[in-house]
Amino acid sequence: MNTMTTTTPETATTVLDASGVTMRFGGLTAVRNVDLTVNAGEIVGLIGPNGAGKTTFFNCLTGLYVPTEGKVRYKGTVLPPKPHLVTQAGIARTFQNIRLFANMTVLENVLVGRHTRTKEGLWSALLRGPGFKKAEAASHERAKELLEFIGLQDKADHLARNLPYGDQRKLEIARALASDPGLLLLDEPTAGMNPQETRVTEELIFAIRDMGIAVLVIEHDMRFIFNLCDRVACLVQGEKLVEGTPGDVQADERVVAAYLGTPFEDAPGADEVAEVEAAEAHSTTRTEGETQ
Amino acid sequence: MTTQTNPTTPLLAIPAARAITTAGAALTLASTFLAWTWTAEFPGDLTVTGYPGGLQVLTLVGAALTLLFTLSGYGIKGLGWLTPGGTNSPVRLAALGVLGTMGFTFAAIAIKLGGIVNLEPGAWIGLVGALITVAASLGLPHDQNITDTTTPTPLERFLNSLRAPAPGRPKELPSWAEILIIVAAFGIGLYVITYGIDTEYPELFVGYLIISGFAVTALFKAGLMARLSALTTKYRTIAVAAAFVAAAAFPFTQTTDQFTLIAVNILIFATVALGLNIVVGLAGLLDLGYVAFLGVGAYTAALVSGTTASAFDVQFPFWASVLTGAAVSLIFGVVIGAPTLRLRGDYLAIVTLGFGEIFRIAVGNLDGVSGPQITNGPNGVPNIPDLNFLGYDFGESHTVLGFELGSYANYYLLMLLAMILVVLVFSRAGSSRIGRAWVAIREDETAATAMGINGFRVKLIAFALGATLAGIAGTVQAHVQSTVVPEMYVFAGPVPPNSAFLLAAVILGGMGTISGPLIGATLLYMIPAKLQFLQDYQLLGFGLALILLMRFRPEGLIANRRAKLEYHETDQLDAADKTLAGTTSGTTKAGA
Ligand SMILES: Nc1ncnc2c1ncn2[C@@H]1O[C@H](COP(=O)(O)OP(=O)(O)OP(=O)(O)O)[C@@H](O)[C@H]1O
Ligand SMILES: [Mg+2]
Repeated sequence: MNTMTTTTPETATTVLDASGVTMRFGGLTAVRNVDLTVNAGEIVGLIGPNGAGKTTFFNCLTGLYVPTEGKVRYKGTVLPPKPHLVTQAGIARTFQNIRLFANMTVLENVLVGRHTRTKEGLWSALLRGPGFKKAEAASHERAKELLEFIGLQDKADHLARNLPYGDQRKLEIARALASDPGLLLLDEPTAGMNPQETRVTEELIFAIRDMGIAVLVIEHDMRFIFNLCDRVACLVQGEKLVEGTPGDVQADERVVAAYLGTPFEDAPGADEVAEVEAAEAHSTTRTEGETQ
Repeated sequence: MTTQTNPTTPLLAIPAARAITTAGAALTLASTFLAWTWTAEFPGDLTVTGYPGGLQVLTLVGAALTLLFTLSGYGIKGLGWLTPGGTNSPVRLAALGVLGTMGFTFAAIAIKLGGIVNLEPGAWIGLVGALITVAASLGLPHDQNITDTTTPTPLERFLNSLRAPAPGRPKELPSWAEILIIVAAFGIGLYVITYGIDTEYPELFVGYLIISGFAVTALFKAGLMARLSALTTKYRTIAVAAAFVAAAAFPFTQTTDQFTLIAVNILIFATVALGLNIVVGLAGLLDLGYVAFLGVGAYTAALVSGTTASAFDVQFPFWASVLTGAAVSLIFGVVIGAPTLRLRGDYLAIVTLGFGEIFRIAVGNLDGVSGPQITNGPNGVPNIPDLNFLGYDFGESHTVLGFELGSYANYYLLMLLAMILVVLVFSRAGSSRIGRAWVAIREDETAATAMGINGFRVKLIAFALGATLAGIAGTVQAHVQSTVVPEMYVFAGPVPPNSAFLLAAVILGGMGTISGPLIGATLLYMIPAKLQFLQDYQLLGFGLALILLMRFRPEGLIANRRAKLEYHETDQLDAADKTLAGTTSGTTKAGA
């Protein structure tokens, strides 16, 4: 079976190009020689069982970890392994275990996201010249737009910690969008959401894509991933096992095996489909249990 | 007990509770006009019938407040504005305050004069009245249901009886009236604080602390403080101006320098605490050696002041010495901060603690024996001349608007300017891009850097800014004290400001607020200064107070805007709080 399909046409511009990324923690190799590209206008999914190294790979991309080997390019330039420079360059992210600024208001959270796109320093804050006021007003304007986009405009003055779970996830997305990224990395954006909220999030991600932002998303909810993504890569024990269209990946026997952890012998049939379903259900509940 | 079905049922079943409360408060009030003791050996003129004095005045004020709140509960026209929030919890708090003051006075007289025989019937009447008031006030219904438990213990029910809902929307008043209210409130505030500073003997100060503590809490529960803060937000500039006019008016109320000196020291302490609040409260950097930056500023100003004891034969004008002091502190701040701020928090705490000690020991050794002769070692730099600003000699008395202003009054006003500067820096920096970055770093450094904040740079700015502000305060301090010695800048000691007390002022008052450290510093300075007899137990009491505060009011006396929000959205809080806490403190492997 054709596993390493590269379905992208050569003409599309590459936003993210990670090549040979390896991350070792002492003896443990959490990510092993992973190549991944994301093209403009694409939604790419990253799946894999628990502990496969998906989050670690994200951390390598965003500079939170310095990869042991490998390079990460964003729009052709090699990224320095410093989180704030990565964000400055145009990659924004959310976290698997929500990391909002809990004691700041919803609006302030989004304003913090504007940090890289504004320049006003201490002096300008102390002197409060016209430039400062203008920049501050523009930031507020943009932040309010984003809150409207995710539907939290009425809760702008609430503390982030007081938001319901689903809203917290959405707020993380708005905060990431505030840095005007070219690529958005979402780490399990629907973990802990009910099916209805998941559908709303799906629409939200499509809307983000339509704004011209490429999206790379980790998720355990297979239905969500296969609905959403143009391309899916599956990570198992740190290695990229399969990459291809949702259809290819869904049908790939090794993906199923990796999720179920049992040897797989016969050709796919009705039983296996049922098994895949079971795996999906299983992994979703696992994630939910983990994050709450 | 049937009480559990209806949590608003009063703690005690007392018929006509309100009438009895009224009577009790009136009784105590009346008793303050009687003699409480027979001899003038107990200070404060408590022997005169028909004229309250000293602790009687405080009891009178408390009783009057209780009476007003109680009457407001009757729905009497014209008094409703007193209790827009809770109706009965303020009564209970005020009554407890009266009982506290009354009981303290009673005990103090008995102990000081040796036995309860020294008490006149007036004191007995007052005490009985206060007891009746408290007991009857517990018979008034609660203002709020118990939400967190269905089977509350008596203690929980008592604490709940002191809670009150936030007030609703206020009636619109004409703006001149609203401004008048602000001005009146600050006038009263000035009077209350001046009264505290001017207390002549420790008993009066203790009574003052008890009654003002309870009364202020009662005003909060009644919703009057919320009303006032709504007004001050509405007329922000006027409120700020009123606050500073009130503060500037203080020296004009004084006839001697005795209490002005205390006030200057409070201002120095409070200003430095506010500077520390930028570092600790906003940016979340634990600085355990902050007082050293005050020392750097003070020593710099002392060395360039032209005193003969200085190793440098220069005399800078004041503005230049302020700039020099600020610059030297800034350099020290950057030198200390740059290597340590790259690391996580604990290292900074250790390094700043070390720096504080190194500074003190180093200036103690630069005496020409252990090192070069720069600072005169342990003897310090004495004879720092008084400031002379455009011919205005700070060391002399001047008559302004018919009031005689002594030397300390001059320094008081100068220090007030320094404080205004720090307040301005704090509020402007705090509500800007850089201030948000500080708070974000404090909340979650990883997430903050992932949002594009250069953590090191932003933290260094906070640290250096804090150091500079302390340095500026130090330059004024050197001239006020006219001598600087190394022992003024210790980590912990009985006399503020020292690093431990500065940190305590910030935490006690409320991190991340402006008024918090100012109130914290005022209390922490006044209590040791007024209660000298406590000398030996002072640090013990201080430690106990901090532990109790952390247990019962972790956000400090003044909750900041964010903590306040948290307070108001209690219903939402519980559920969401748990989820977030669970996710952030959960697995370490996921999400970096
Ligand atoms: N900082 C670290 N130090 C040591 N080991 C780590 C570190 N971070 C991750 N690991 C290990 O790397 C492996 C991959 O973890 P990672 O969090 O990337 O998995 P994941 O695919 O995101 O899993 P999940 O679906 O549960 O989120 C795990 O075995 C984990 O324990
Ligand atoms: Mg993960």
